[in-house]
Amino acid sequence: MVDAASNKPARAAAEFAPVRQTAAAPSAASPYRLATGGIVDRSAPLLFSFDGRNYGGLRGDTLASALLANGVRLVGRSFKYHRPRGILAAGSEEPNALVELREGARREPNTRATVAELYEGLAAVSQNRWPSLWFDCMAVNSLFSPIIGAGFYYKTFMWPASFWEKLYEPMIRRAAGLGRAAGMPDPDTYEKAFAHCDVLVIGSGPAGLMAALAAGRAGARVILCDEDFEFGGRLLAECRDIDGRPCAQWAGSLLAELASLPEVRMLKRTTVFGAYDHGVYAAIERVADHLATPSPHMPRQRVWNIVAKRTVLAAGAIERPLVFGNNDRPGVMLGGAVRAYLNRFAVKPGTRAVVFANNDDAVATLLDLAAAGISVQACVDPRGADAGVVRAAAQRIGTRFVNGAVVRARGGHRLRAVDVSAVAEPWHKLTFPCDLLAMSGGWSPSVHLSSHLGGRPQWSDALAAFVPGPLPRGMSVAGAAAGEFGLAACLAGGAKAGAEAAGDCGFAAKPVAMPGIGPEPIGIAALWRVRAKRGKAFVDFQNDVTVSDIELAEREGFRAVEHLKRYTTLGMATDQGKTANVNGLAIMAELTEKTIPATGATRFRPPYTPVAIGALAGHHRRKDFKPTRLTPGHAWAQEQGAVFMETGLWLRAQYFPQPGDNSWLDACNREVTATRNAVGVCDVSTLGKIDLQGTDAGLFLDRLYANAMSSLPVGRARYGLMLREDGFVLDDGTVSRLAEDHFFVTTTTANAARVMQHMDFCHQVLWPDLDVQFVSVSDQWAQYSLAGPKAREVLQKLVDGQHDISNTAFPYMAAGEVTVGGGVPARLFRISFSGELAYEISVPARFGDAVIRAVVAAGAPLGIRPYGLEALSVMRIEKGHVGGAEINGQTTARDLGLERMVSSKKDFIGRVMAGRPALLAPDRPAFVGFKSVGDGAIGAGAHFLPVGAEPSARNDEGHVTSVAYSPTLGHLVGLGLLKGGSKRLGEKMRAYDPLRGRDTLIEVCSPVFYDPEGARLRA
Amino acid sequence: MLLIPCPYCGPRPEIEFRYAGQAHVARAADPSALSDAEWAQFLYLRDNPRGRHAERWRHTNGCGRFFNCIRDTLTDKIAATYRIGETPPDLAAGAEARR
Ligand SMILES: [Zn+2]
Repeated sequence: MVDAASNKPARAAAEFAPVRQTAAAPSAASPYRLATGGIVDRSAPLLFSFDGRNYGGLRGDTLASALLANGVRLVGRSFKYHRPRGILAAGSEEPNALVELREGARREPNTRATVAELYEGLAAVSQNRWPSLWFDCMAVNSLFSPIIGAGFYYKTFMWPASFWEKLYEPMIRRAAGLGRAAGMPDPDTYEKAFAHCDVLVIGSGPAGLMAALAAGRAGARVILCDEDFEFGGRLLAECRDIDGRPCAQWAGSLLAELASLPEVRMLKRTTVFGAYDHGVYAAIERVADHLATPSPHMPRQRVWNIVAKRTVLAAGAIERPLVFGNNDRPGVMLGGAVRAYLNRFAVKPGTRAVVFANNDDAVATLLDLAAAGISVQACVDPRGADAGVVRAAAQRIGTRFVNGAVVRARGGHRLRAVDVSAVAEPWHKLTFPCDLLAMSGGWSPSVHLSSHLGGRPQWSDALAAFVPGPLPRGMSVAGAAAGEFGLAACLAGGAKAGAEAAGDCGFAAKPVAMPGIGPEPIGIAALWRVRAKRGKAFVDFQNDVTVSDIELAEREGFRAVEHLKRYTTLGMATDQGKTANVNGLAIMAELTEKTIPATGATRFRPPYTPVAIGALAGHHRRKDFKPTRLTPGHAWAQEQGAVFMETGLWLRAQYFPQPGDNSWLDACNREVTATRNAVGVCDVSTLGKIDLQGTDAGLFLDRLYANAMSSLPVGRARYGLMLREDGFVLDDGTVSRLAEDHFFVTTTTANAARVMQHMDFCHQVLWPDLDVQFVSVSDQWAQYSLAGPKAREVLQKLVDGQHDISNTAFPYMAAGEVTVGGGVPARLFRISFSGELAYEISVPARFGDAVIRAVVAAGAPLGIRPYGLEALSVMRIEKGHVGGAEINGQTTARDLGLERMVSSKKDFIGRVMAGRPALLAPDRPAFVGFKSVGDGAIGAGAHFLPVGAEPSARNDEGHVTSVAYSPTLGHLVGLGLLKGGSKRLGEKMRAYDPLRGRDTLIEVCSPVFYDPEGARLRA
Repeated sequence: MLLIPCPYCGPRPEIEFRYAGQAHVARAADPSALSDAEWAQFLYLRDNPRGRHAERWRHTNGCGRFFNCIRDTLTDKIAATYRIGETPPDLAAGAEARR
């Protein structure tokens, strides 16, 4: 048994000793675990560790209840001041008890101990302390609190800017902050699921259960979600009777009926965290968070997209802390949480208690504490005559009632006493020794989801709380979330909302009989802060925002709620101010002497509780997010030792290295030379390929391409240029006519999807009357480019004998269907990107691997070499073909020297706009080639500058788009866009590249460096 | 997240769709007859209403069809969807398609 109660320095020193593994004591022996009651399984003891020490808990515990059962009160240090912190709440609103859960790659920071379901072997460590929880060096931050109060980020570290990155930020991150991320890839998987229902019920407390039952009995498809690992909400935490039975038992029978209804789906451990348009809700299901590791194939968490016709929000309410000096001491706890620990977990959160509340909720707390055998030292209530029921309850259990307020908590690592000031004798301070203070500042309806679509919560003076304002379409709110406090009201409100929701979906609901409930008081008188002179009075526990910070914000003019929030960071922690927002707003209202509605209301945004990014990503991680596309010839290229590069999703061979190569350039030069002198083969399967058929296919292509396509004879191919409607070039490619009504189009690899989308738009929207059908066949055909003087010789060995592919029968720009290798269907195109005699051969993808192997085998005696993207690029630059660097979205056909392709005889997309005066301006940068006449290196992106001109944007005359070393010519060859273009052939310019520190003299020339007459193409 | 009723497939989640610009922007039968101002209007100028807006959407990850959609830019309510080439339905008197 660990006694965490001591606060002596000796205890702190002991923390430096190596951690001793203490054997876990049987939980039954714990003086803090009640012998009977609760819904924990006393026959299922579980071992867990916290900060390296072993403890025992029970199945049904949360980490928080198990720690309390072991007498552990101190569980963390606060964000800014490193104040010792304990457990404040019993649910997802917990601001203090944040721990790092699990170890290694599964380590998860900032996990709320109050919702972490205990499992065998759970390992948690406290966070934000150094070197240990008990002795934290950073607690000196508290002494500097005048410096790090509200706005300190804005004021203190303003100058100089470079200090921020190097000094301030690392320092702040070490001193303030929360847990550490795992820093390793998450080994678990996450998934997404979709569900549709008539009625979504959020929350399974009394209102939610009744709503689900009413709708479910009517036959509606119901989804009931609860963030807890047990259904029942506050029914599990309260000691009330319904129909003469304990309320938890009564809930059990309702749950059994719900489970028997075939159209009701019940999701526990599932937090609905966001409300979206059109009845769409997002929820996170913690499928395996209660297991040490998920079973094989089990996701860790699952994100649900739930589409609901109607929704009943029955999310309950969150209790507010009271604001007084040192109200953050471990042992100061919300009253409702005290009852949850007593009644649900059978845990005594303390041994001597004081109750401090401004509302009638104190009655239940007093009675439950007494029933658990905890001595209640005093009951403090600021209300006078209105506190009658509380005074009576105190009397009943023999506890002193004080009309007054707790002004200060005493103690360090745990609560030792509270100082109370009575209304009758304010000068006389009363001190009550205690290790537990059960406080209640009233309850705030959980309006969060009701405001996700912009509805502003509305203030209710009677309830001293915000209730839901305008609701998202299809949502209704029931129970405490609607401000219907009191069990009877919750049950009735839930039943009504459930029946109405089912009715809206066409299911007639019979009224659900209301069970018998005793009367209950729900009176409240607002108390937003106790005016204490000593001790920090915390409003936002998680972000360490105190009353003084709000006062400072008020003095400095940050009074509007959104300013207050940002200036003080109130409500901006991971709990989004669930316990803090209303208190903070109300204190600002007091300071400015305005009403709360006039001060503002906080609207909430998703998520309701933190959601791991991994869960939102689901399976879309790594290659499942960005898959790799492989060509049919990939395995072959891999066997050849290809170095691959990513182009879009594709992996393409960049070059084929060989032993002895000094660099990629050796391989590239070898591949270019082999192709130019003999024959080379390149996998071009990644080109976009579109198959078009129909009587209007030619007409359709005429309208899409700048050049005419309907005039293309069957059996011929044509280079095609496609413009955007604004006159700029969209893409280039080839069009082949296989039959009168059958065309085959290729696009560049990069623009394959865009061109397909463009064609779809043009056909569906602009010209739906044209008789044309088309489909992308990029994946269906493997395509290889066979280039070089010996290309035909290789091909003749492959193409079946009945097809004549001689130069006469199959000339330059011929296209047709052939068979290869004894009957494999193929399409053959005599088109060339390299400038050599070249063919592209297209075969069904399943033959792609066999065909590339057959090509290489047939070409081996002729010296064939595979070539990759580098060699492809070098040959295209040598030949002066435009590529992606030139078709960059800012160039026109005229800019690229392709104006002769633009038809003047027909209309097509982009025709009129390409003729805009600005696009015809003579000084537009236009396509040129250049040679290096200096000795420096040149890279794409270098700017053309007149010789002797000062480097400035004004003197900029264009830029280098592509540059390569030509092994054929033995020097650098480059392409670029230069003002005036081909009118400037022979001029000397500078290729100025300040980014890389280069400045080289060049000479402008024709872009076609190799075989300008095109004799080789036609050979 | 919107639930968009594709006129071909029925209501489907927004992630299956892609926005495709303002609807009913007709391409002229004779583009060369347009004035510069008409070209500017056709190419660049789009409505930006606070309220109902006729839009083109495409059921990209579904049937692949473009269609028209009348969406309220303020509330995201979808008043109607209809096929390309069909005239917008009469939405007076608050007549709205099912959600
Ligand atoms: Zn569709």
